[in-house]
Amino acid sequence: MGIKSPLITLMPNKTFFWFFLPTGLAMILFIGLPIISTGIQSFYAQHDQVVKEVKKCDPFGCTVSIVVDQEKTSKIREEKPLGKFNGFGTYVDRNHLAIEEIGKFWNETNSFGEFVDQVTNLPFYKALIFTLTYCLFVTPNVLLLGFIIALSLNAVTRRIRGPLIFGTILPMIVTPLVGSLVLFWMIDAEGIIGANLQMLMDDPYLSLKSSKTLTWITIIIYGIWHHSPFAFVVFYAALQTVPQEPVEAAIIDGASRWQRVRHIVLPHIYPVVTFVALISLMDNFRVFEPIIGFSAEGSAQSLSWLIYDNLVNEEVILFGSAAATSMMTIVGIAILLAPVLIRTWKEFRTAR
Amino acid sequence: MRETNMKKILISLLFLLFGTSAYADCNIKSGSINILANDFPALRTFVETAKGCKGSADFKVTHSSEHNKIAVPALTANPSEFSARIAANSSIVPLMNQDLIRPLDDLVKKYGKGIQDSQLITIDGKIMAVAFMANTQHLYYREDVLKELGIAVPKTYEEVVAASEKIRASGKMQYPYAAAYKAGWNLAEEFVNMYIGHGGEFFKAGTAQPSINNAKGVATLNMLKKLAGLSNPDYLTHDSEAIKVEWESGNVALMTLWASRSGTLLDDDGDAKITAATKLTGPATVAGGNIPAATLWWDGFTLAKNRSDADAEATFRALAHAAANKKMVADAADQAVWLIEGFKPGPKSIGVIEAVKMKAKPYPMLPQMGLMHGALGSEIVEFLQGKESAEQALKDVEAAYMSKAKEQGFL
Repeated sequence: MGIKSPLITLMPNKTFFWFFLPTGLAMILFIGLPIISTGIQSFYAQHDQVVKEVKKCDPFGCTVSIVVDQEKTSKIREEKPLGKFNGFGTYVDRNHLAIEEIGKFWNETNSFGEFVDQVTNLPFYKALIFTLTYCLFVTPNVLLLGFIIALSLNAVTRRIRGPLIFGTILPMIVTPLVGSLVLFWMIDAEGIIGANLQMLMDDPYLSLKSSKTLTWITIIIYGIWHHSPFAFVVFYAALQTVPQEPVEAAIIDGASRWQRVRHIVLPHIYPVVTFVALISLMDNFRVFEPIIGFSAEGSAQSLSWLIYDNLVNEEVILFGSAAATSMMTIVGIAILLAPVLIRTWKEFRTAR
Repeated sequence: MRETNMKKILISLLFLLFGTSAYADCNIKSGSINILANDFPALRTFVETAKGCKGSADFKVTHSSEHNKIAVPALTANPSEFSARIAANSSIVPLMNQDLIRPLDDLVKKYGKGIQDSQLITIDGKIMAVAFMANTQHLYYREDVLKELGIAVPKTYEEVVAASEKIRASGKMQYPYAAAYKAGWNLAEEFVNMYIGHGGEFFKAGTAQPSINNAKGVATLNMLKKLAGLSNPDYLTHDSEAIKVEWESGNVALMTLWASRSGTLLDDDGDAKITAATKLTGPATVAGGNIPAATLWWDGFTLAKNRSDADAEATFRALAHAAANKKMVADAADQAVWLIEGFKPGPKSIGVIEAVKMKAKPYPMLPQMGLMHGALGSEIVEFLQGKESAEQALKDVEAAYMSKAKEQGFL
C-alpha cells in the first residue's frame, strides 16, 4: 500500500551501481576492513607472560617483587605479533558468554529464579539486559512521541511553526554528553529535581543516582528525550507529502480525526516509520554516552560501555575482550534488525 | 620624553635577556620535549619549572586527568607522541609490562646533579623513574564540628563510624562522611586501602592467583558499606573532585581524600569559616591493625623508549632541573610533599608524613595489579547497593579477574 520511492523505480541497477560506488568504497575502507581486523583480533589473546623476581626500590624502601621479563617476552612477540591464538576462547569466557559458568549454574541452582539471578550477575548478560531494556522502552516511545509531536505541530498555524520546530529539535542539537550532564546535575540530591523529589516523597534518603531502578528509568527518559526529535523531523517531513484529496474525501464522509490518521496518514508514511524504527533500534542498541554522563557505571552497563571499559578503564588494555564484545554487538544488532529487514525485503520483492 | 621611553624599553629588554640567561645553566640546544602528566597543582608547578630550563628545545605538555587512558597507546607508537610521562606507582606498571620506558642510569650519571638517591626508582638494578613527590589518602576533619560535639579526632575507621553516627544523631549533618566511592577506579582504590589496612594480600604468594575471598576481604567490604551508609546516597558517582565540593559546601565533617588535594581545600576560595576549621590528620587504621588503611604513592617522571636519544636527553635535562630544584620546593611547599632536597614540610603535609611514620605500605607494583583493580571497581558495587552478599561479590571479583588475567597471559 505504501508509495514507492521514485528513486528506486526510476533508477536502473547499473546507474545505481555507479551512483553507490564511491560510498561503497569508503564504507569498505573505513567500516568493512576495521570490522574484519576487529574480528581477527577477537580470536587472539596475549602470550603467556614470562615474569621474573627482581628487587624494586622506591622512596619508601626496597622489596622483592615480580616484573615481566622483557627479553624473553619481546622474542615471543616478534615471532607472533598477533598474540596467542585463542579461537572462541574469549567469546565463551566468564566475562563474555560464560558458557561453562551457565552450565554450572544450571546444575547447581535449585529454582529457575535463582538460575536467572546467577546468570544476570555475569557482566555480559548484565549489560545485555540493560541494553535490551533500553531499546525496548526507548524505541517505541520515540516513535510514538515523535509522531504525536509531528501531528500536533502540523496542525498549528504556520506563523509560529518555525520557532516551535526549532525548540522541538533542541534535544537533538545538544551534544548527548552535555545533555546528560545537565540532567545529571538536576537530579542530584541537591539539584532542582532531586531535592524536590525528596520533598515530595518525604524521604531524605531518596536518590535517583544510587538506586538501580531509578537510574535505569532516568537514562531511559533521557534517551526518549534525546531521540524523539529525530523521529519528529522525519515524520514531519513525511506528513507534508500526505495527499490532501483523500483526507478531504474522508472529512466529507464523516471520518473522525483518529480515523483519518489511522486509515490515511499512517499507511501513507508507513515506509518512513520502518526507517525511523530501524535507525532508532541501531542507535539505542549502542547506548553509551548517557552512562558516562550520568556516572551510572555502577548501576547500568551497556555492551558499548563494556567495550569502552576494556579499552580504557584498566591500566592494562584488553584488546581481545573489547574485540569479542564488538563482534557480538554487531551480531546483536543484526538479530534485532532481522525481522524489519526481512519484511522490507519481502515488500520490495512483491512491489517489483 | 621620547628618549627616556626608549631607554626604559632598552633597559627592560636587557633585563629580559639577562633574566632568561639565568636559566642558561640547562643550556639545552636542541631536541623536542613533550610531557604527559596528570592534572593537579603540584604537577603543573613541576612541569612549569622544567619549562623554565628548556633552552632552545621545543616544549609541549598535556595535563589531563585522563592520562591513564592515553599513556600506553601514545607511548606504543614509534616515535612515541610523548617523550616523558609523569607516572605513579600504579601507572608505571603498564609501561613496564609493555616495555615502553627506558632506563635512566646514564642520564642520571651525566645530568642528575642534585637528585637524591632516595628519589630513584630502581627495578632490577636499573633506574626506571625519578620520583619527586609523595602522596596518600588520609583523614580531613572539621575541627569546629568535632569540638562542639565533644568528639576526639578519630584514629581508626571504627572511630570514624562512631563519630559520624554521633554527628548524624545530633542533626547537624545528614551525611557527615565522604570518600571517593565512584564506581570504577576510585572505589577499587578505597577497597585496596581498606584491605591493606586489614593486613590482606591480593595474590597467593609468588603467583598471579587471586586470594581476596577471605575473612579480611569480607571485613573490608563490611567496613566500606558502613562508611557508605554515612555518606551522601549518591556516593557511587562521587570522585575526589565531587567530595571536595561537598566539603566546601559544609555538608561533610569527616573525609578521606588525597593529600595532593589539600592545597585546593585550604586556599582562599570558598567559605572562610569552613577553610579555617578544616584540619588534616594521618590516615586511619582499621580492625586493630597497626598499619594505616592507606597506600603510599610516589609521582615521578619516566622517559619514553620509542623516542630519539636526543629528545630523551633534552627531556631528562629539563625534568631533572625541576626534580632537584630547591627554589621550586621552597616556593611551592604548600602544594605537595616533595621528595626533593630542601623541602620543609608544612601543615598541609601532615597526612603523608604521618602515613610514612605509621609505616603505610606502598601501592602494590605488580604486573597484574591493574587487572585486579579493574575487577574490584565494577564487581563490588552490587554489594554496596545491598543486592549481593560480601562473599558473592568477592567471588565475582576473583572470577572477573581470572578471565582477564587469562586473556592477558598471567594465568
